[in-house]
Amino acid sequence: MINIDIQKKLHGAIDDMNLHVKLNIKEHSFVALTGKSGSGKTTLLRILAGLEDASGEIKVGSKIWLDNSNSLAVQKRDIGFVFQDYALFENMSVEKNLLYVSKDIDLAKHLLNLTELSQLKDRLPSSLSGGQKQRVALCRALMKRPKLLLLDEPLSALDLQMRQKLQNEILSLHREFKLTTIMVSHEPSEIYRLAERVIVLQNAKIIQDASAKEVLLHTKGSQKFSFEGEIIDINQADILHVAVISIAQQIVEIVLDDEQSKQYKIGDKVSISTKAFSPMLCAL
Amino acid sequence: MDIFSLDFEPFILSFKLASLTTVILFFIALPLSWWLSQTKCRCKPFIEAVTSLPIVLPPSVLGFYILYALSYNSLIGAFFEDTFGIKLVFNFTGLVIASCFYSFPFMVQPLQSGFETVNKNVLEASYIAGKSKFQTLLHVAMPNIKPAILTAVIVTFAHTVGEFGVVLMIGGSIDGETKVASVAIYEFVEIMDYDMAHIYSAIMLGISFIVLLSVYLFNAHHKKRIGIS
Repeated sequence: MINIDIQKKLHGAIDDMNLHVKLNIKEHSFVALTGKSGSGKTTLLRILAGLEDASGEIKVGSKIWLDNSNSLAVQKRDIGFVFQDYALFENMSVEKNLLYVSKDIDLAKHLLNLTELSQLKDRLPSSLSGGQKQRVALCRALMKRPKLLLLDEPLSALDLQMRQKLQNEILSLHREFKLTTIMVSHEPSEIYRLAERVIVLQNAKIIQDASAKEVLLHTKGSQKFSFEGEIIDINQADILHVAVISIAQQIVEIVLDDEQSKQYKIGDKVSISTKAFSPMLCAL
Repeated sequence: MDIFSLDFEPFILSFKLASLTTVILFFIALPLSWWLSQTKCRCKPFIEAVTSLPIVLPPSVLGFYILYALSYNSLIGAFFEDTFGIKLVFNFTGLVIASCFYSFPFMVQPLQSGFETVNKNVLEASYIAGKSKFQTLLHVAMPNIKPAILTAVIVTFAHTVGEFGVVLMIGGSIDGETKVASVAIYEFVEIMDYDMAHIYSAIMLGISFIVLLSVYLFNAHHKKRIGIS
């Protein structure tokens, strides 16, 4: 069990906030941290890693990482950390990036095999693609055989296909190494696939803490579908008004009646839902 | 004139002085520039200003203070002469000390800006890997700023070879002891031996150009290798 009860003053974009997080995380669980930019997700991850100071307490199993008198040095915490920008050692080959952490050659070989990087082991990071770099970073983070794996938006710079491939790899490594994993992510599909528990931060406070399904599925009552989107245009076509709404990566048109067209304006965040109809699925 | 009959001693002295100064400064400036690149201490601008002083001070001002501090009339000079029997002015030792002050910013500044370009996350990844600050400096930070290290070393070396004012004030012009190339050229001009002044100057010009050219060639090659351009 990981017990976290920490506080830290943050200098936000608008004004100062007080990050206050109280959490218990089960061993071997996969937790996603989500929320708007500047809500304190990355800071929380960095505090857990020991890269930033905070007051309060962090207890991992029977070990105290942080209490009011002591903070365990980052070098001594049992963690692996994957940065959004990979942060590889550019002067070392792929294999040396791993062996720098620990001289365990067998483990390095095993990890490189699992992530299909064996053929690239002598290459320098600058010659790798984004997906390959992030796999090296993931392997490197596991070389210490950490208890806790911290992932800071690890897949946000990658394309969809690569992201799905890496999600599978993260999940199988999480299981094989019996890790407790905390991942910062904005991507609902990624969170849904990987995490069993989702914690939503807003203005440095936890506003929601539930299963991925509860947090991410937004349908209420008899709603079949519910999407969140933003009105990006409202056009008038004869007597009708048509709102153009951006939902995730797609644009849809919704017909509005006269009253609705007055009620909404461009830039409004809206929820679009339907009740009685049967959706059809077609393969793409 | 036969090139082999030239007296090369001033050049040898210049390069000996520059080599020693560069080695000493490298080891002094390395920890300081690393610290300056990482610290959030409020005293940082103060320390940066002090280390940069030799760039703006006239060599005569710096030379005067160093001369004053190292001579037998000062506590430092008297201590060294009484305790170790070492004189610190008008000899080679004095030149090395003065050069270290004079060339200090030329070593610190390129190293510091080099360290500042290293991605903070990369350093943190090394700490998370369990490595100390010293190990991180040695295995991660330094190999990633090779061009900056080379620039610092070469510029310090070249700047020390090119010293004149401070050297003259601390060392004077003693043959085989403190008469470096720049001082020798000055003396040739003073006695109007322009032929010798030309030859010595041309040699200095040639060496300086070759040194700088090799720095730029290396840096271009390094950037290509790590994929910057």
